[in-house]
Amino acid sequence: MTGWRVRDPALALLLLVGLVAGYSLAFVSQAPNRLVSGTGIALTALLEWQQLWPLAPLLLASVLLAPTRRLHALVAVAAGLLCNVWVWLAAEQAQRLALTSSTIARISLGAGFWLLLLLSALALADAVQRLCLGAWARLLVAIVVLLPMIYLGTSGGLEALSLVKEYRNRQDVFDAALARHLQIVVATLLPTLLLALPLGLAAQRGRPVARRLLTALGVVQTVPSIAVFALLIAPLGALAAALPGLHISGIGLAPAVVALTLYALLPVARSTAAGFDTVPQAVVDAARGMGLSGRQVFWQIELPLALPLLLAGARVCTVQTIGLAVVAALIGAGGFGAIVFQGLLSSALDLVLLGVLPVVAMALLADAMFGAAMGWLQQRAGVQ
Amino acid sequence: MTPPRRHEWADPLCWSLVLLLALLAGMGQLGPLFAAAFPALDRPVYVQDSFMALMLAHVGLVAASSAVSIGLGLVAGVVVTRPAGKAFRALTESVVAMGQTIPPVAVLAIAVPVLGFGPTPALIALALYGLLPILQATISGIDAVPPGARDAATGLGMNAAQVLTKIELSLAWPVIVAGIRSSVLINIGTAAIASTVGVKTLGSPIIIGLSGFNTAYVIQGALLVGLLAVVTDLAFERWSPQLAG
Repeated sequence: MTGWRVRDPALALLLLVGLVAGYSLAFVSQAPNRLVSGTGIALTALLEWQQLWPLAPLLLASVLLAPTRRLHALVAVAAGLLCNVWVWLAAEQAQRLALTSSTIARISLGAGFWLLLLLSALALADAVQRLCLGAWARLLVAIVVLLPMIYLGTSGGLEALSLVKEYRNRQDVFDAALARHLQIVVATLLPTLLLALPLGLAAQRGRPVARRLLTALGVVQTVPSIAVFALLIAPLGALAAALPGLHISGIGLAPAVVALTLYALLPVARSTAAGFDTVPQAVVDAARGMGLSGRQVFWQIELPLALPLLLAGARVCTVQTIGLAVVAALIGAGGFGAIVFQGLLSSALDLVLLGVLPVVAMALLADAMFGAAMGWLQQRAGVQ
Repeated sequence: MTPPRRHEWADPLCWSLVLLLALLAGMGQLGPLFAAAFPALDRPVYVQDSFMALMLAHVGLVAASSAVSIGLGLVAGVVVTRPAGKAFRALTESVVAMGQTIPPVAVLAIAVPVLGFGPTPALIALALYGLLPILQATISGIDAVPPGARDAATGLGMNAAQVLTKIELSLAWPVIVAGIRSSVLINIGTAAIASTVGVKTLGSPIIIGLSGFNTAYVIQGALLVGLLAVVTDLAFERWSPQLAG
């Protein structure tokens, strides 16, 4: 026996930070109304030690046991459970406090809660990574971990939390923001794909106009989003005044979509060019030699080979557009950004979170979906 | 084929810098122009603060946050690529990948109500987010150093610190500079948005103009922010020529 030894320093670090967060940061906080800041309640004040048994495998894995697949699986299960324990604990505490306080009292999630949730999610992600699971298995893990939380949310278990109260108070505003945000993203991505694919292809084939366009888009990409949005107000306003039949204006959806499209074009066009660059000339020549026409070579040979990089570009542009659409709220385009900025102006953290969390969730979801698609593509290429 | 030699005056960095400084100093003189373009506005030029003061505040915020990001990002990137720090590498990479999916404005929006209003929370948010591209670039830059170069250096009698500074960091430098460039450019944009939470930056005329329907203010702020970003980008290109194209 070599005695105590840190087997997994990364996991040990997560545990240590989690310990500090659990002891020192507010897990939930209670305020008499939504305008004043509340008093924090640390995790240690509302926990019974039996509830912490999922920590045991994490502790063992970090210091005692040799890393094996079975241990990683155990760590993944324990970390996934912990994610749900935090949510459940916060919800239960909120319900208990709600019984004894007035209806305008606010029980909100504290920094400790968010940090512990993040640390558990990181431990889970790390363990899943080490298990080398395929794209579908990872998706399954995510669903299994999220299901209990979704059940808790839909069965009314989270109603006492101020974030949910804020949502209930503004359900129609939230739903409208969600619809508008999705509308902005889709209205940006469709023209982007239609324009960027031919543009990238033309640039790769050495067309000087396309290359110059890419350079110009590079300059646009450099200029901060808020400036691009702002600079489009005057020209689009003038256009709207000149052509009232177009139903556009200097503020609102039109400048937002135009600016976001200008931004999104570059990553897709660049990765299209890079994707077609990776197609070996010998493969094209061989296909030609086999008697394929130019069109067949493009659709059956070049496009499939360029597809992984194309998808990578689409991934970057989708995630970027979801985030930048928040800024578009400043020029009156609506979406979740409107909720975020309203929250910032009234310094209401719950309102800010109500706008930010769905955006982060959308971005992570889009990223994961593209990741799964790329993994599936790779797997299929490996099988062939 | 060598690129055609350019005259000094055709240098884009030179004229965009001149344009930026001219606009900074002479925005007030453009008053009649803005008044002619927007006759409905009572005050066609933003006068609440001088544009020079806003520019200095903006550059100061970006410089301070970027300095923190560069320091932390480089150190963390070097640590996780050493044998001793290897255990933290996978975790670091997950954090970097997950963090970059989150939009910078989201980090700013959460940091400010949690940490309080004013420049310090904005600085922390900018520094945290700006850390990610630098960390990623440092890891991938050091990763791309051919093992042969390391072995040769060790064979020549260099110690670990010398291999790191003379071989690994110098070979990885163009990649790291590219990471610093995207970090700084993101920060210039996010600093402009920080004016929504009460920090005085070049974004202030934009935000005040948008809320007061004063398009002239909006254009003045946007022109300066845009030019600042373009000048910074071109300066990075000049500093590390591998970035061009």
